[in-house]
Amino acid sequence: MKSKKFLLPAAVAGVLALSLTACGGGGGGGGTSSGGASGDAANNLDGRGPITYVQGKDNSNVVRPLIEKWNAAHPDEKVTFKEQSDQADQQHDDLVQNFQAKNANYDVMSVDLIWVAEFAAKGWLQPLKDKTAISTDGMLESTVKSATYNNTLYAAPQSSDGGILYYRGDLVPNPPKTWDEMMGMCEIAKQNNIGCYAGQFQKYEGLTVNAAEAINSAGGKIVDDSGKAAVNSAEAKAGLTNLVNAYKDGNIPTEAITFQEEQGRQAFEAGKLLFHRNWPYVYNLAKTDGSSTVKDTFKMAPLPGKDGPGASSLGGHNIAMSVYSKNKATVADFIKFITSEETQRFYATQGSLAPVLTKLYDDQELVTKLPYLPVLKTSIENAVPRPVTPFYPAVTKAVQDNAYAALKGEKTVDSAISDMQAAIESAGAK
Amino acid sequence: MSTELQKPDATAATGHTMPSRESADRKQLTQGRWAYTLLAPSLILLAIVIIYPVLNAIIMSFQKDSGLDPATGFFSEGGPAGFENYTHWLLQQCTAPGGGSLACPPGTLGAQFWDSMGTTFFFTVVTVAFETVLGFWMAVIMARAFRGRSLIRAAVLVPWAIPTAVTAKLWFFIFAFEGIANKLFGTQILWTGSEWPAKWAIIIADVWKTTPFMALLILAGLQLIPDEVYEAAKVDGASTWQRFRLITLPLVKPALMVAILFRVLDALRMYDLPAIMTQGANGTTTLSILVVQQIRQGFNTAAALSTITFLVIFLVAFIFVRFLGANAVDAATSSGKAK
Amino acid sequence: MSTATASKTSTSSVERPKRPFNWGSLRTYISAVIILIWCMAPFYWMLVTAFRDVGYTFDTTPFFTHVTWDNFATVFDESLGNHFGRNLLNSLIVGAVTTVVALLVGVFAAYALARLNFRFKFVVLGFILGASMFPGVALVTPLFQLFTNIGWFGTYQALIIPNISFVLPLTVYTLTSFFREMPWELEEAARIDGCTQGQAFRKVILPLAAPATFTTAILAFIASWNEFLIASQLSNDSTKTVTVAIAYFAGAQPHQEPYTAVMAAGTVVTIPLVVLVLIFQRKIVAGLTAGAVK
Repeated sequence: MKSKKFLLPAAVAGVLALSLTACGGGGGGGGTSSGGASGDAANNLDGRGPITYVQGKDNSNVVRPLIEKWNAAHPDEKVTFKEQSDQADQQHDDLVQNFQAKNANYDVMSVDLIWVAEFAAKGWLQPLKDKTAISTDGMLESTVKSATYNNTLYAAPQSSDGGILYYRGDLVPNPPKTWDEMMGMCEIAKQNNIGCYAGQFQKYEGLTVNAAEAINSAGGKIVDDSGKAAVNSAEAKAGLTNLVNAYKDGNIPTEAITFQEEQGRQAFEAGKLLFHRNWPYVYNLAKTDGSSTVKDTFKMAPLPGKDGPGASSLGGHNIAMSVYSKNKATVADFIKFITSEETQRFYATQGSLAPVLTKLYDDQELVTKLPYLPVLKTSIENAVPRPVTPFYPAVTKAVQDNAYAALKGEKTVDSAISDMQAAIESAGAK
Repeated sequence: MSTELQKPDATAATGHTMPSRESADRKQLTQGRWAYTLLAPSLILLAIVIIYPVLNAIIMSFQKDSGLDPATGFFSEGGPAGFENYTHWLLQQCTAPGGGSLACPPGTLGAQFWDSMGTTFFFTVVTVAFETVLGFWMAVIMARAFRGRSLIRAAVLVPWAIPTAVTAKLWFFIFAFEGIANKLFGTQILWTGSEWPAKWAIIIADVWKTTPFMALLILAGLQLIPDEVYEAAKVDGASTWQRFRLITLPLVKPALMVAILFRVLDALRMYDLPAIMTQGANGTTTLSILVVQQIRQGFNTAAALSTITFLVIFLVAFIFVRFLGANAVDAATSSGKAK
Repeated sequence: MSTATASKTSTSSVERPKRPFNWGSLRTYISAVIILIWCMAPFYWMLVTAFRDVGYTFDTTPFFTHVTWDNFATVFDESLGNHFGRNLLNSLIVGAVTTVVALLVGVFAAYALARLNFRFKFVVLGFILGASMFPGVALVTPLFQLFTNIGWFGTYQALIIPNISFVLPLTVYTLTSFFREMPWELEEAARIDGCTQGQAFRKVILPLAAPATFTTAILAFIASWNEFLIASQLSNDSTKTVTVAIAYFAGAQPHQEPYTAVMAAGTVVTIPLVVLVLIFQRKIVAGLTAGAVK
């Protein structure tokens, strides 16, 4: 039939077109996400050979030199660096895809703290015990807590971060030690016609960080140690009330409700804020930015809490081993290398990344390089990780939505907190 | 509905002459087989890329998402869920700790379902209304003959040609706190940071992008109306408004309804603009955004929601075609001028 | 007094009658200028910002000031973690393959729908139209799972296959409308004159169908190029398309929004499309409106 003349070349062309573009994704395939794969965890514990290290964009330029150093010393167990995108969500999805495909090419990876519980509960992370044990002696306690799920260590702390209070040293000689003290100093801000305090209050992960800090600093908690909702308490309400009242009274400027990290930093550098909560990365920029009007006047202090230093939300990354790796012994050694004193020192001096080893915070050389190290140490020592739960996406949404509504005055703190509790409970209740 | 191009001449299709009546029937048969052979690749391809995933989604929607086994602390397969995923969305049923169900508390995705349904319909009605009215105005202008008309027509294609993602970023920039919108109006509005400004920012961006497209569709309809009809009406003393109401509107209605139908279906699926401009915050979460957010938290529940979404869209399309006279199929197969 | 409004012909020039001042056509011209500003102003602003030094991002001077090419350099600067060149290539590949497949398959379907008479024709057309109404999310959810399971996540086919779902109906619909308008009698005449089927196809049909197919190819390519939802969910770093890249453009600092660089990226993506559209505007308008009206 004449029709075949047209159909066949068309079909062939179509199939060719599709197959020619078949680029391999990660190998593997054919596996659905399954439950606790204790079988996989027992495999390849003694395997040695080349491995791949996966991390998001290396903004601090520390990874490549480190890998070169390792490769020189371990020619048969070379490490390849797979650099992911800069966006946390995309890094997360990339890891999830490769775990679900049981890709053996992703041996060791840098994970954000909030993903550890989720990945561990899905059976993708190798427990770091017995043959693959990593020692956490000398590490900051809060960082170790962030790497633990179900009383088992699933990752090793790699680099850390904590919230810092930046303030105008020219207007405020002594930093406030408590929240009430800080609110009392808002008079000074009014006299100088600037905003008093701002953190990150837009409805995104940064709001969870700030709300968690407010709640934890007041003595409350969002989830308890077993991951169950525990936010419905007087302390948590008191913490959230601090933020809500500050916003209502104008101590937090109205536009701060749209602030992420960058907007706040810019406002502080333009001299529009007396106090600003942000991460340590602001230090370098505030000191060196051409447009920074505060470069000689700003100082740093630990976050103010109820009766003393507040509980900042822990930031940073942990380094984890995939259960699907074929060379777990090499990975274990690599993790030890990353958490060694030498590497941690390098992280600080070269990359301005806060180390996880306690004693480095008192090291003279490092303190000269990063003058905020003592402040950061206090911050991290008092830090509380964000909720350690496998349902983190649902929990952070519960916190964000309700905290945001409370800030905007759309609901009372009481109902915000009890809704938060109900939402978190519902998330974990499947 | 017969088509102009179908000639009863039998020679072309079958290659030999036959008596008229029989040839018409035979022709239909051979044409039928021939037609289906030609159509087969398209239909099969569409079946693969659409029907297969959608059926898959429906099957998934009757499975539970994996739950945490409290004993081991690991996730385990969910198992069958019956209609649970659907009641989760439609009736706001969330699981309570320890079994049973409760109304989804604020702060969960489930609680946002009806809000996002409302938001989606709000966006749809408002944007399509603006685009139709403004598009009509533009079309009337473009239908007139004046120098530089082709320049206008070219300019009108520019908003359509710009990818929606770029449009979203552009308007995000325009509506930034220090952006040009605030400077031009002398305001201090947090466009993407507060509820109603955010909704209006998205509506403005969408209307900017799509009105020219609507204008083109309506213009094509306007150009089919013969001049003699207008001349006759003018001779009879009809005013401009009467001419518009009694001639233009009724004659342009078929084209207009099809254009509105397409726009409504597009608007119901709105994703790019709110996702990029506000990430769905401040009451701008549309159904599509809700589905994407749910994918991160549980596939099967997301599959149920996406099934609900496309059923809603089909329902709207059905209503349009059945009751409002938007006959897109007719429009595609008929030819010639409107009478 | 006849005004310019009476003429609904498609001539593009107007004969200026020598008579007193024409208020009607003044209104028309003013409206035309308003339309022009509406369409072009934001686009113009994007261009101005793209060429503006980043220190003056929010400067409102309406003309080109502080002109620099820096932003374009930033767009292609890989050290920031953006791989814009690769993203452009990805969009090109996905768009081209989708268009080619949709055309190859759709042209036969359009021929059948336009030229042949058969039962269920309207059902088929309705089905194809219905297929174009599917929300992208309804496909993304199952495909996300499916592609992960078979290891296709982050491959080109993971993007091409869902793209076909809306490009193919669009192609068939547009081509069908075009084919209705073609003078098929020429083919029959050629056959009567003694051409074989193949000759008639090559010498008569192909040249007739070429412009329509070309225009449809442009529309299909633009539709695929502009797609965002599916690309944002089913692509990974190496297959990311430009729309996703622009949405998530990384700045020099972790939390920064690099406005001028994003405007520059938008310009890079848009200028070729705008040029294409301007050159082929008549054909494109014909294609866009073909389905709705004729």
